[in-house]
Amino acid sequence: MSEKLLEIKNLKTSFRIKDDYFAAVDDLSLSVNKNEVLAVVGESGCGKSALAFSVMGLHTRAKIDGNIMFKDRDIAHMSPSELNKLRGKEMGMIFQDPLTSLNPLMEVGEQIGETLFLHNKALSKEKRKEKIIDLLNKVGIPRPETVFNQFPHELSGGMRQRVMIAMAIANEPELLIADEPTTALDVTIQSQILELINELKDDMDAGIILITHDLGVVAEMADRVAVMYAGQIVEIADVHTLFENPKHPYTRSLLNSVPNANEAQDKLHVIQGIVPALQNLPREGCRFKARIPWIEDSAHEEHPELHEISPGHFVRCTCYKDFDFPESEEEKHGVS
Amino acid sequence: MWKFTIRRILIMIPQIILLSVLIFALAKMMPGDALSGMVDPNVDPERLEEIRDKLGWNDPWHVQYADWVGGLVQGDLGQSFRFKMPVTELVGERIVNTFWLSIATLFFTYLIAIPLGITSGRYNDTWLDQSITSYTYIGFATPLFIFALVMLWVFGFMLGWFPTSGSVSPGLQPGTFEYVMSKITHLILPAISMALITTVSTVQYLRSEIIDTKQKDFILTARAKGASETRVYNRHILRNSLLPIAAFLGFEITGLIGGTVFIETIFGYPGMGLLFFESIQLRDYSVVTAVVLLFGIASILGALLSDIILSLVDPRIRIK
Repeated sequence: MSEKLLEIKNLKTSFRIKDDYFAAVDDLSLSVNKNEVLAVVGESGCGKSALAFSVMGLHTRAKIDGNIMFKDRDIAHMSPSELNKLRGKEMGMIFQDPLTSLNPLMEVGEQIGETLFLHNKALSKEKRKEKIIDLLNKVGIPRPETVFNQFPHELSGGMRQRVMIAMAIANEPELLIADEPTTALDVTIQSQILELINELKDDMDAGIILITHDLGVVAEMADRVAVMYAGQIVEIADVHTLFENPKHPYTRSLLNSVPNANEAQDKLHVIQGIVPALQNLPREGCRFKARIPWIEDSAHEEHPELHEISPGHFVRCTCYKDFDFPESEEEKHGVS
Repeated sequence: MWKFTIRRILIMIPQIILLSVLIFALAKMMPGDALSGMVDPNVDPERLEEIRDKLGWNDPWHVQYADWVGGLVQGDLGQSFRFKMPVTELVGERIVNTFWLSIATLFFTYLIAIPLGITSGRYNDTWLDQSITSYTYIGFATPLFIFALVMLWVFGFMLGWFPTSGSVSPGLQPGTFEYVMSKITHLILPAISMALITTVSTVQYLRSEIIDTKQKDFILTARAKGASETRVYNRHILRNSLLPIAAFLGFEITGLIGGTVFIETIFGYPGMGLLFFESIQLRDYSVVTAVVLLFGIASILGALLSDIILSLVDPRIRIK
């Protein structure tokens, strides 16, 4: 096993709504190794981005409990100035929407230059420019000399995401967090961007947390996959195991809802219900219970734990043992 | 850039023509004229009619309009009945005073608005923000002419820190240091009084711009780069929030015009506002129309200035 880069232990990220705190990420533990892509998947509102933001320390109004060990330093409870020395240098982040994630009033060169400047003030202006041009070349931007002096609105969405990537990798971080990096882009650009991230990963020997809800992206990119539901990890395994032998009802439902191009389908499979809002999350018992009502209550654990069912393959709750997809519409509405 | 500016200036021409028609029509629609207000009531009305004829006041409206515009184009704004001198000359003296008063007011407006707006926006929903917001509400609710009277009473009469009327002390030689200082001390109180009230809209505008900008995605990007909070504010939030404020400058000028009428009247400051007020009372219409026309042109120029500033500072609307 390769070296551990990031280890999250019992992370709990809570937000204040009115007078109560609600955990968007609840007692979550996972680790990322060097030169590994860990995909975090789940529906919208499962706490994937809250997890990414917690690691980067970007939450301004959240309560964070637990530990986030990055190279043996606990970044969950670091002072802002210490954290600023890490962010952009040892940890980089690529955001979801390249259209809004770049400062509209700053030239591309200046924006990338800022990352370099913040972590190496001694670098001369000329050297910095050279390095920026290099970076632009590296992320596959044509005519980098021109783009250097352009504003974000003069670039296409794919180009802007390349600029974002250039910014995130400027100081060769050891950990790269990509929060749905391709969601806002069209399909052809998506694959180019993913390819680029893959290349860079091999190049830099970095650990990557890839947050996505696109299982196609997971299959293409990930080494290991963590499936999140309602702020918790419900299943974690390496990518082959997860796709070939998914266990948790949620994972199976997610995979089941991907349309299959080889089979004629009358209708798309959906997971019934929605992810409950933060205030309404069930805090006890199996959180996925409400969305699989045809499964007997007794199948669920009272305090669902992660069970290691084979080396490196963890599943939460015992309900996976009894789970199967319903055969008829009637059955779907449940026994209880 | 030049193309944009030139096109923008060309748009002003029809605006100014329309403005002149409106002002002329309004002036003609007002009851009475200079003769009905100022002349000894014992004068024979037939004699008055004769004078009106001679002045061309009984001509059809389009002839009068053509005469008026013809004069304007040559820089002749007509004769003032009260001062018995050309309006152009009269306005020339006053416009300089109003210009300096406006500049001083704008200076104080931003001097107050920028720090207050930034503090209020950065620390929103704290007691600091709430007290600044309270000030803005009080400012919105206070009529300028009452506030100015209070300021005049407190700082002019009670404390005696500032002169209470005029634009310069009598007997000073123009060009000397004392003359300039006297001009400045006469400016400060009216300018601050006006700025304290007119600045509140800018404070609120800046506050909401900052609150809006700090929730934008690119602020997260800046934090993720490792920029300190101070840097995030100075380099990313401020720059984006001050942009609309800069564009607001032109409209601020329009707002100033209304303010100067009150302020100059209360402080007896010999500028365009005071001239306007006095001329209305005495039905000195050639002066009124001239002043309104100049106010109107100032507003149009203000809007032009806004557009040019915005195109200079915002790369997104820069036209190549």
